[in-house]
Amino acid sequence: MTIIAVASIVTAGITTGFGTMGPALAEGRAVSTALTSLAQQPDASPTITRTLFVGLAMIESTAIYCFVVSMILIFANPFWNHVIAETVTK
Amino acid sequence: MRLSPDQMIFWQHGFVKLNATIVFTWGLMLVLVVGAKLITRNLTTEHTRSRWQNLLEIIVTSMVSQIKDVGLQHPRKYLGFLGTLFLFVGMASLFTIIPGYEPPTGSLSTTAALALSVMVAVPLFGIADRGMGGYLKSYIEPTVIMLPFNIISEVSRTLALAVRLFGNMMSGAMIIGILLTITPFIFPIVMTVLGLLTGMVQAYIFSILAAVYIAAATRTRKPTPEPAPATGNNTPNKQRT
Repeated sequence: MTIIAVASIVTAGITTGFGTMGPALAEGRAVSTALTSLAQQPDASPTITRTLFVGLAMIESTAIYCFVVSMILIFANPFWNHVIAETVTK
Repeated sequence: MRLSPDQMIFWQHGFVKLNATIVFTWGLMLVLVVGAKLITRNLTTEHTRSRWQNLLEIIVTSMVSQIKDVGLQHPRKYLGFLGTLFLFVGMASLFTIIPGYEPPTGSLSTTAALALSVMVAVPLFGIADRGMGGYLKSYIEPTVIMLPFNIISEVSRTLALAVRLFGNMMSGAMIIGILLTITPFIFPIVMTVLGLLTGMVQAYIFSILAAVYIAAATRTRKPTPEPAPATGNNTPNKQRT
C-alpha cells in the first residue's frame, strides 16, 4: 500500500516535470520565431498571431496531458482506490 | 480536494443528481440567452445606441472577421455555432470573478460535450457544403493509404479539444486551491487574474480550432479571390470582454 502511494506521488512529480520540459522548449522556440517574423513583417500580425495561438495551444496540450495524468495519479488513482476498497471489505 | 465541480452536489433524488456542473451550465445559458434577448430587444441604427449594443456589435463583428480570416468564405453561416462556443467558454471562465462560482468547463463532461458537438458539426458543415461524396472523398486525399490516419485524427482531435479545455480550467482552479492553503493573502488574486487571461485564450483557441476544422472540411476546390484584408481591430479577443 505504501509502495503504491510512493510510486504514484513520485511518478506524478516526474510526469509533470518532464512533461512540461519539452513543451516549454518548444513554446519558447515558437514564440521567438513568431516575434522575429512579427518584427520583420508587422503587416501580417493578425495572421501570425492567430497561427501562433493555435500552434501554442497544440504544443501546450501535450503538457496538459501530462498534468492531467499526474492529477489522476494523485487525486483519482485507480490502483489506490482498488487497494482501499480491498482493505475496507476485509 | 475536489477535482471537478461534478462532485459538488446540491440536490439528489435516487440516482438523479443535480451537481454544480449542471446548475452552473444552465445558469450560464440563462444569463447568455436572457442577456442577448434584453440587449437585442431595442436595437437602433442611430448614432446614440446603448453601450450593450456597442459591446455586442464589437463582439459579433470581430468574430465574423476572425472566422473569415481562418478561411471560411461565408462567416455568417458558421457564426451561430462558433460564436456560441466562444461565448459559452469565455463567459464560463469570466464568471469566476463571482465568489462561489466554479466554471462548468472545469468538468470533463462539459468539455467532452462541447468537443463532441464540434465532432458532429464538422461533417455536417462539410456535407452541407460539398455534398456527401465530396466530403467522403476528403478522407482519401491525397491517397487511400491516408484513410485510417484521417479517421484517427478525427477522433484524436476531439479528445485533444476536450482534454485541453478541461486541463486548463481544472489546473487554474487547482492552482488557486493549492495557493490558498500556502499563501492565502495576495497571491491567489494574481493567479485568478492569470486564470481569467488563460480562460479567454482558451475560449479563443477552442472556437478558432473548431473554425479551422470546419474550414478544412468545407474547403472548396474552386479558387476564390483573396479576401480583402480585414480592417480594424483584429487583435485576439483578450481585450474584447
